[in-house]
Amino acid sequence: MKVLVAVKRVVDYNVKVRVAADHSGVDLTNVKMAMNPFCEIAVEEAVRLKEKGVATEIIAVAVGPKEAQEQIRTALALGADRGILVEAADVQPLGVAKLLKAIVDEEKPELVILGKQAIDGDNNQTGQMLAALAGMGQGTFASEVNVADGSVKVTREIDGGLQTVDLKLPAVVTTDLRLNEPRYASLPNIMKAKKKPLDIKAPGDYGVDVTPLVKTVKVEPPAERQAGIKVADVAELVDKLKNEAKVI
Amino acid sequence: MSVLVYAEHDNASLKGVTLNTVAAAQAIGGDITVLVAGSGCAAVAEAAAKIAGVSKVLLADDAAYEHQLAENVADLVAEVGKGYSHILAPATTSGKNFLPRVAALLDVQMISEISGVVNATTFQRPIYAGNAIATVESSQATNVLTVRGTSFDPVAAEGGSAAVENLGVAKDAGVSSFVGEELAKSDRPELTAAKIVISGGRGMQNGDNFEMLYKVADKLGAAVGASRAAVDAGFVPNDMQVGQTGKIVAPQLYVAVGISGAIQHLAGMKDSKVIVAINKDEEAPIFQVADYGLVADLFEAVPELEKLV
Ligand SMILES: Cc1cc2nc3c(=O)[nH]c(=O)nc-3n(C[C@H](O)[C@H](O)[C@H](O)COP(=O)(O)OP(=O)(O)OC[C@H]3O[C@@H](n4cnc5c(N)ncnc54)[C@H](O)[C@@H]3O)c2cc1C
Ligand SMILES: Cc1cc2nc3c(=O)[nH]c(=O)nc-3n(C[C@H](O)[C@H](O)[C@H](O)COP(=O)(O)OP(=O)(O)OC[C@H]3O[C@@H](n4cnc5c(N)ncnc54)[C@H](O)[C@@H]3O)c2cc1C
Repeated sequence: MKVLVAVKRVVDYNVKVRVAADHSGVDLTNVKMAMNPFCEIAVEEAVRLKEKGVATEIIAVAVGPKEAQEQIRTALALGADRGILVEAADVQPLGVAKLLKAIVDEEKPELVILGKQAIDGDNNQTGQMLAALAGMGQGTFASEVNVADGSVKVTREIDGGLQTVDLKLPAVVTTDLRLNEPRYASLPNIMKAKKKPLDIKAPGDYGVDVTPLVKTVKVEPPAERQAGIKVADVAELVDKLKNEAKVI
Repeated sequence: MSVLVYAEHDNASLKGVTLNTVAAAQAIGGDITVLVAGSGCAAVAEAAAKIAGVSKVLLADDAAYEHQLAENVADLVAEVGKGYSHILAPATTSGKNFLPRVAALLDVQMISEISGVVNATTFQRPIYAGNAIATVESSQATNVLTVRGTSFDPVAAEGGSAAVENLGVAKDAGVSSFVGEELAKSDRPELTAAKIVISGGRGMQNGDNFEMLYKVADKLGAAVGASRAAVDAGFVPNDMQVGQTGKIVAPQLYVAVGISGAIQHLAGMKDSKVIVAINKDEEAPIFQVADYGLVADLFEAVPELEKLV
């Protein structure tokens, strides 16, 4: 079966972003970019399915700027077979989901794996929206995925613990942190990835309008916390909590 | 304006976060309707009818909604929600699961995890692990929003007397089914609603050592949380993770024990009123957000804390 994975180019998770001086957004000049960590987990899961003989082909898709080719190449180095980049800037989740839906219609994968959230927008929407548009079942926040007999069992990390659902294929899965530990790409595989096919498309090729529906008015830094004090020992700590902060 | 609020519950009782979501609905303005979807959940609908400020309760009581399967719930909410200007759900794993699906069915761009209401079409939400707060505006016919509970003070659970209307319709989308669940059982308060939270990190070394935190927690009536590192290492279950990609908490008191203070962890707790950090490394970033920092070995400090509180 074919597996489609979505990979998003985002600010590296180690970077503490700064709000731009004019409050139009965050300052991303010279900031390190990387594949969204949840998408790395998605790629890893797809590669494991291929290693198990469940998946036959893995297609990595990104919607983003020209530079997002780097993230597709990373996915190809990790084991994806080919890539598709839909070149467009700042597409909101509904737009991304519509593009992915159009690609799903063309490629007919049995499983689509996405990250549960992108660590820049923190939206946690795209997979669910794609599932809705494609009329598929969804296994979000997955910590375990088992494909068998035309269905997929997904164990999900929920607020109260874990829930397992059974979805008819084709289906959408979004990854949580505990699904797997992604591997690193080896140098020979990085070289090989350069020769794998990568199609560049535009939203218009799929007839999808990606005009943003939600406008960002401004972006501000969060309220700063006042620096606190160091206490000498547990007795002083308890005294402060009881008599100064009055929280215990 | 008319706001539809989706109630969070376990078929037996209404979850407190629903009250925070109604508070966000009040900030938006207009008539507030609460939708209760579940199975054998009439008591939940009765509780929802008593919430202050709610004018109507819709009840969809059917096996199709028993486990809150996103496919079934989204079809219902998209259908019922058509007549409303706003559809709100708490930003819990349940709300995050089905509401984007509703938005896509209605062809609208949802706004996730709002932390503030500027006016009926303008909202604030944290992005980049809370390192920036975006103000966003939507001119769409329906505004579909999840609400960060800790950002809105709950409305009163009593005082209202709304009518409960039964929705006869129910449909199973037929693409998913419930297999089972493993829910953590705990007599401690719920993490996101607790007044005091004590969290342990990698510094705890193993799951058994969390007993030390449970003992302090039980003396204080606190909930116990954890960093991702502690969950990944298998010390404690996933539902205890606090952070950007776990639970967001904002208690009166947050005590971080053996946690370094990575931005992803801070994103989940830095709106707490008072923060205490216990860490043996005086350079640990957690001290930058702590009101009271104690540089100490946790294996000495925590047992002592248990004696003194
Ligand atoms: C400060 C700021 C201001 C912005 N202003 C605007 C604006 O005015 N207009 C505008 O249109 N956009 C704007 N954006 C961009 C936009 O909000 C988000 O990048 C977009 O909404 C995607 O959300 P997400 O990645 O958080 O989605 P999520 O739903 O969290 O992503 C989940 C998963 O979906 C998949 N996915 C998501 N996006 C892609 C993608 N592009 N390619 C491949 N897979 C993907 C990935 O697997 C990902 O892990 C802004 C972003 C920021 C941070
Ligand atoms: C995509 C993504 C999402 C993430 N989401 C989250 C999230 O939601 N929540 C989260 O918490 N993290 C998250 N993380 C992980 C985060 O980056 C950190 O790795 C994690 O928070 C570290 O956990 P920690 O502080 O327990 O461990 P460490 O960073 O290893 O810190 C352990 C601390 O314990 C102290 N210590 C050790 N022994 C003792 C002792 N005997 N006495 C006192 N102190 C001691 C050490 O000095 C150290 O400061 C995420 C990461 C990524 C990439």
